[in-house]
Amino acid sequence: MSKIHVTTSINGEPAEFLAEAHESLLDALRNTLNLTGSKEGCGSGDCGACSVLLDGRLVCSCLMLAAEAGGHEITTIEGIADGDKLHPIQTAFLENAALQCGFCTPGFIVATKALLDQNPNPTETEIRYWLAGNLCRCTGYDKIVRAVVDAAAEMRGS
Amino acid sequence: MTFIGNKSDLRVVGTRPVRPDGVDKVTGRAVYGADATMSGQIIGKVLRSPHAHAKIISIDTSKAEKLAGVKAVITAADIPNIPSEEAFVGEGPMNFRDLSLNCMARGKVLYEGHVVAAVAAISDTVADAALQLIDVKYEVLPHVIDVEEAMAPGAPILHDDLFTAGMTPKPTVASNVAKQVRFTIGDVEAGFKQADVIIEQTYTTAPVHQAYIEPHACVAAIAADGQVLITASSQGHFMIRAYTAKLLGIDIANIRVTNAEIGGGFGGKTVVYLEPLAVALSKKSGRPVKMTMTREDVFRGTGPTSGGTIYVKVGATKDGKITAAQTIIKLQAGAFPGSPINPALMCAFAMYDLANVDTLGYDVVSNRPKVAAYRAPGAPISSFAAESAIDDLARKLGMDPIDLRLKNAAKQGSKTVYGVTHGVIGYEEVLNAAKAHPHWTAPLGKNQGRGMATGFWFNIGGESTGGVFINEDGTVSVVTGSPDIGGSRASMAMMAAEVLGVPYEKVRAVIPDTASIGFTHVTGGSRVTYATGMAVTQAAQAVVEDLKKRAAMIWDISPEAVEWKDGEAVPAGANAGGFDPLPLAAIALKAGKTGGPIGSEISVNAQGAGPGFGAHICDIEVDPETGFSTILRYTAVQDVGRAIHPSYVEGQIQGGAVQGIGWALNEEYVYNKKGLMDNAGFLDYRIPVASDLPMIDAVLVEVPNTRHPFGVRGVGEVPIVPPMAAVRNAIRGALNLELFHLPMSPPRIRAAVDAAKMPKAAE
Amino acid sequence: MPKVVISGSSCRDFTHGETEFEVAATSFRRLIHELEARFPGLGAHIEEYMAVAIDGVIYQDAYHAALKPGSEIVLIPKIGAG
Repeated sequence: MSKIHVTTSINGEPAEFLAEAHESLLDALRNTLNLTGSKEGCGSGDCGACSVLLDGRLVCSCLMLAAEAGGHEITTIEGIADGDKLHPIQTAFLENAALQCGFCTPGFIVATKALLDQNPNPTETEIRYWLAGNLCRCTGYDKIVRAVVDAAAEMRGS
Repeated sequence: MTFIGNKSDLRVVGTRPVRPDGVDKVTGRAVYGADATMSGQIIGKVLRSPHAHAKIISIDTSKAEKLAGVKAVITAADIPNIPSEEAFVGEGPMNFRDLSLNCMARGKVLYEGHVVAAVAAISDTVADAALQLIDVKYEVLPHVIDVEEAMAPGAPILHDDLFTAGMTPKPTVASNVAKQVRFTIGDVEAGFKQADVIIEQTYTTAPVHQAYIEPHACVAAIAADGQVLITASSQGHFMIRAYTAKLLGIDIANIRVTNAEIGGGFGGKTVVYLEPLAVALSKKSGRPVKMTMTREDVFRGTGPTSGGTIYVKVGATKDGKITAAQTIIKLQAGAFPGSPINPALMCAFAMYDLANVDTLGYDVVSNRPKVAAYRAPGAPISSFAAESAIDDLARKLGMDPIDLRLKNAAKQGSKTVYGVTHGVIGYEEVLNAAKAHPHWTAPLGKNQGRGMATGFWFNIGGESTGGVFINEDGTVSVVTGSPDIGGSRASMAMMAAEVLGVPYEKVRAVIPDTASIGFTHVTGGSRVTYATGMAVTQAAQAVVEDLKKRAAMIWDISPEAVEWKDGEAVPAGANAGGFDPLPLAAIALKAGKTGGPIGSEISVNAQGAGPGFGAHICDIEVDPETGFSTILRYTAVQDVGRAIHPSYVEGQIQGGAVQGIGWALNEEYVYNKKGLMDNAGFLDYRIPVASDLPMIDAVLVEVPNTRHPFGVRGVGEVPIVPPMAAVRNAIRGALNLELFHLPMSPPRIRAAVDAAKMPKAAE
Repeated sequence: MPKVVISGSSCRDFTHGETEFEVAATSFRRLIHELEARFPGLGAHIEEYMAVAIDGVIYQDAYHAALKPGSEIVLIPKIGAG
């Protein structure tokens, strides 16, 4: 069965690749485009380790077909920093020690960006419920929440 | 180097710098197991048994082999049939033959998910199609899952050659009970006779998975000359090397394992599942083979920890002195022997100074995946029961639960049930810190309750290698053999920077492959900061001695006349000469002229690791109508010896506590009547999410272990020991309901509420 | 002479139920030899599966661990990593 030709934009740059019809966007990112920052933790949309932004909207890339990316703007963890300048969310995660093994971290950072893009001053409860779709087994979430609070303050210029 | 008693003498240790591998991890650049590739690689996948217990009558792989794009198909016939060989390895006693059979079934499948064959093909799609073409004929056998049922007469027997060890006379009939063990001190019968109050109860826990977010993954290649390269994520690349060598009969020197970053382990990645298969597939196909597990594979095929039944009896006189404690524990080992029954028995009452203790345990096989280590293996299970019983005892006595524990607290000089007298420990300090914490006396509302519980873990030392090398520009490379699961690169760099007297930013810590550094035992057992830290510290000290000698050469004076201070060589006194201090960078510049490269690699087998104690306080609100629990507040106090990097120490405590909360409230394997797991995914195997939890207040108490130059005690495992009883005791406080079975999920709480015929919360 | 206690029941098959021994050995290595000579199989079992706690300090896989008269010397099951 022939592959589908997908034309899309990833992290602000045009991207073209071939995908099998049943292939997920996550697999295309990782295996075809060599963008391995997005992770597979479950393959069923329950862990959030594969989180990407689809036209700014938070989605699980394992639940999206690669072919569906055509004509859209995808943002992955690789596109969060500005060249070698870390995003305030990334800096906040580092300074708060909000990662231990780091496997869930790309998903959390992408999810956090989606949150702060639409809610620049979230409460702790809003943060926790927004991030409920991202599983972490190492940290117990405490330092992750603190990092998000710090990042939000930094981004508001406070 | 002697123990540095005064914290204020430390410059780097105790601060909170950013970890050196942090940027890679927040930008997605870090390479985890599934991110690693080898040129020319093909994809390997496994075929798993759909039955909980069955004989393999035949496996026909011919159709799969003929499928275009399939490069190799393997079964047990392609794996050496190694003899039974028992040994004590990283996570505990193991039989290598069992490990081999667990990786690839031979003759019989012993659990749903047991691997029976594997394929390697040019793509995932072709590999999946090939698996469908493998025809396995099974003779389904009756299965048994539950530990009591597996022990009952007439239960389906998993192994015809398994006879219960530790029984006299030796049994002649095969059993599912692999062994029976007992630890006893004093006379519990006499002790119970002295008691005014006795609590006696049976508890059960369900098996729970470590649930690391990263599924197992590796890529392996064997060349025509038999040399093997593996890149895998694991808790020990030396362990991967050793087990692959053992299972496949390869010389260890012919295997080189590169450590990929690991996405969580918690004990579950101290064994192999994929690597021997990937090498065998590579051998047959002539190509590198990449294998990754799906989440379903992880649940159906990898070791959770045991579930079990725990009987506890404790007795005390009315003033609160515990006179006797007894427990009988039956633990599920899964398909092959090896549940953590010894530590479960040893840890149950290790927090208390008791004269009369009797602990009896059984290691029982059943048709489930073989258990693997999980954070303080065995102790969380026995402590759930023991600490619940102690709490019920406190209430029956009308005593505050912390006061009851203080009255019976283990201290230096207390003897444990396993006969060892405690040295300097921090249990009383931890209890007093918990009691003084504002959480303990904060007000509670309706349907809200507070519980506390304590826990103990030995922590281990073991073999580690650490190297410290001075670069030509005076910056420093630290190398160790310990995979970094939780930020240990930071603490290694910090300890080296402290000893050398240089800024932390000038020290970089890396983890090279198994051919490039000396042997190092797994990252687990709460041992890395202790044992690997000890190796790094000793290597840094050796480098300092060498730097002094080089300075002496540069100044042309005797080495005895040189001291090392704040990263510089200085003359020892006015008599040594009026030399300006020589910074490390200046000495490094002249390394060649003064004798050659400056560096030291030290291997240790660190002994005398200090045990840790924790005390947790949990506030919970339970809705009696729905059985739903909300954790309102959680405080975890722990003796950490000395915190090298307090943020990562807090992180270990918070993470372990939350795993315990999940174990307490939701996590379990749900089996259907065929012995197949119904909830093999993160939707229905429910681990805690951010919205389930409040902040976790981690309180670090420091009672240093002076056998380590910086006073370190292991911290990673203790925090998972207290939570289940703390949560259970909090639920009891909220609803006046004693629960004895984990998890305390909403249906179970609802059933308990109904059973107690409580009035609904309608006022 | 150092006195050694074997904790738990795992060695009873070798020692016919005895758990306390006076030994001449002054190191863990020598202890293994001595107990193997007294009870065939016991030394090998201890070497593989047991650690020794000397005055409360646990030594695991340490031939050199020194046994002194008057010390509390207890053989306990080795502790694994999780």
